[in-house]
Amino acid sequence: MADPMVIVDDLHIVYRVYGAGGDKGTAATALMRLMRRQHRPSVREVHAIRGISFVAYRGDAIGVIGRNGSGKSTLLRAIAGLLPAEQGAVYTTGEASLLGVNAALMDDLTGDRNVVLGCLAMGMTRQETKDRYQEVVDFSGVGEFIDLPMKAYSSGMGSRLRFAIASARSHDVLLVDEALATGDAEFRRKSHRRIEELRRQAGTVFLVAHNLEEVEQTCNRVIWLEKGKIIMDGDDVTGIIDAYLDAAGGERRERTSVNG
Amino acid sequence: MSGSARPGGSLSGPGTLSGITPVGEVTRLPDEPLAELAAEYGLRPSALRPPLLTYIRQLWQRRHFILTFATARNVAMYTEARLGQLWQVLTPLLNAGVYFLIFGVLLGTSRGVPNFLAFLVTGVFIFNFTQRSFLVASRVVNDNLSLIRALTFPRACLPLGYVVVELQQTMLSMLVLAAIVLATGEPITWYWVLVVPALLLQAIFNVGSGMMIARTGAGVDDFSQLLPFMLRTWMYLSGVIFSLRTVARLQDHHKLEALLQANPAAVYITLVRDALLKSQRLSAPGAKPYNFPKCWWYGKHPTSKPYWSAYCHPAPLSSPRDLWLLAVGWALVALIVGFLYFWHAEAVYGRG
Repeated sequence: MADPMVIVDDLHIVYRVYGAGGDKGTAATALMRLMRRQHRPSVREVHAIRGISFVAYRGDAIGVIGRNGSGKSTLLRAIAGLLPAEQGAVYTTGEASLLGVNAALMDDLTGDRNVVLGCLAMGMTRQETKDRYQEVVDFSGVGEFIDLPMKAYSSGMGSRLRFAIASARSHDVLLVDEALATGDAEFRRKSHRRIEELRRQAGTVFLVAHNLEEVEQTCNRVIWLEKGKIIMDGDDVTGIIDAYLDAAGGERRERTSVNG
Repeated sequence: MSGSARPGGSLSGPGTLSGITPVGEVTRLPDEPLAELAAEYGLRPSALRPPLLTYIRQLWQRRHFILTFATARNVAMYTEARLGQLWQVLTPLLNAGVYFLIFGVLLGTSRGVPNFLAFLVTGVFIFNFTQRSFLVASRVVNDNLSLIRALTFPRACLPLGYVVVELQQTMLSMLVLAAIVLATGEPITWYWVLVVPALLLQAIFNVGSGMMIARTGAGVDDFSQLLPFMLRTWMYLSGVIFSLRTVARLQDHHKLEALLQANPAAVYITLVRDALLKSQRLSAPGAKPYNFPKCWWYGKHPTSKPYWSAYCHPAPLSSPRDLWLLAVGWALVALIVGFLYFWHAEAVYGRG
C-alpha cells in the first residue's frame, strides 16, 4: 500500500457564527448587551463535521460528494489547515493547498500580476515564475484579458486563472473545491489532464464537485458525506455515486463514455 | 484495498439512509491508531505554525513576492483615479498645502520655532509614515483573507509588503519635502544624508509594530475602529505641530519632557528634522553656551527671538547620540517583539 498523505482522525469541526439575528443592531442594544455582560449578540454553533476518519494515500484522487451543507467544503478547509478542529486532528505531508471557486486572489490587480504574485507566493523563484508564466496564461485560456484587473473577469475566467496559477506548482496535497465547475468543455478536459499529472507527481488530490460526472471521470475513490458524517468511502466510484443518487431521490443516469 | 462493505459513519442518524446497502469495495481504515500512523510516516498536524527558523527561511525565500506585492499595490492604489500615479506626489503636496494654509497663513503661529513651515511639514510627513503603516497593518489580515485562504505562504509577508508600500510612498514625499525645505531657505548640507538611515530605522520600527498591530487587528475588529484616535493622540504628544524641546511649560518637567522625547515617533521626527533643517540644528537648546538672560528672554517672548532657545540648557535625551541610540533601540525591540508575536499566531490567521 502507498504512503499515507492525509490522515483525518475523528475530526469534529464547529463553526461559531456571530451576530446571527436576535439583536436590532443599534448602538442602544449594543450598550444593553455590554451592561448585561453578554458577550456577543447571539453566538450560534454549527456542528459541521461530526467525527470523520479516513486515510488518503499517495496518488489518490478522492471525490467528496454529498448534498449542500453536508460539510464537503468544510472538510477541505480543515485539511488545508484553515479551520481549527474542535476535536480530533488532521495530519498532512507537506502543505495542503486549497483551490476554491471563490478564493479570489487580488481583485484590483491585473491577471498577469496575479500570475506572478501567485507563483512567487507559492515559493517559486523569480526564474521559475518567468519560465512558467506563459504556460499558466495559456492554460487558463484567459487570452487578451490577462492585462485587465481580475474584477473585470467573468467568474469562469477568474476560476480558470486561479486553477492555472495553483496548478503551476506540484503540490503534495491539492484540494479543489468546485473550481472546475465553471469552465467550458475544453477547459475541463485540460484540467482533468492536469489533475492526472498532479496525481502522478506523487500527490493526492481532493475534488469537491456537484457535477458527479466530473467526479466519476477524475477520481479513483469517493467519500460520500451526509450531515457531517461519512456515509460511504470506497474505490467503487460508480457504485457509490449511484447509491448517492438513489438516496437523493434522483434517477440513475444514462452513463456516457468514462474516457472524457 | 478490497474488503467487505463497510459504511464509514453511523447509519442510525437522522439521515434516514439506513435502507441503503453500500455497493462494491470500500476503503477501510488501518487497524493501528491513526495518530500513531501519522507519526510513523512523519505527517504533521495541518494547522501548525512552522518553527521559527523555518519561518524566517520561508520569509526570506518570499522576498521577491514581498517586493512585487508592494509594487503591484502601489500601482493598483491609484488605478481608479484619472490622475493616476500623479497622486503619489499630489497627496503629500496637498497635505503640506493644508498645513501651510492653517498654520502659516490663518494662524500665523510659529510658537518660537524658526522656519516653522518646514518644521511642521517634516513632522507631518514623517509621522504620516508610521500612522499609515499602522492603519494599514491593522486591516492587513482581514483585507487579504481571500489571498490567505487561497495560497500557503508565511503571513508575515503581508504586513512587511504593506510597510514597503508605505516606505515607497514616503520616499516620494521626501522629494516633495526637499523642494519645500529648499523653498523656505534651508541650505543643502551633508546632514541630509542622515535622512536615509533615519527612515530605514523608522521603517524597521513600523514593520515590527505593524506586525503586532496586524495580529491584534486580526483578532479584534474593535481595534481598527479605535486605532485612528490612538494615533491622533500620539501625534499631538510627539511634537508634530510644536517643538518638544522648546516648549516652555515642559522645561520645568524634565521627566515628562524626557518621556515625550523618548517616544519613537518623536525620535524619528527629530532625527529627520535635525538632518534636513539647519534652523533646527542652530536653535536646539544647548547648541550655544548657556546664557541665562537670553534663555530667559526666549522663555518670555519665544516668537521675537526664535533662535535664542539655543542658549538654554539642552533638553533631556535630545543629543544626537541619545537620539540615534533610541532610534536603533526602538527599531530592534519593535522588530523582535513584533515578529515573534506575529509568528506565534501564524496558524490562526484567516480562520473562522
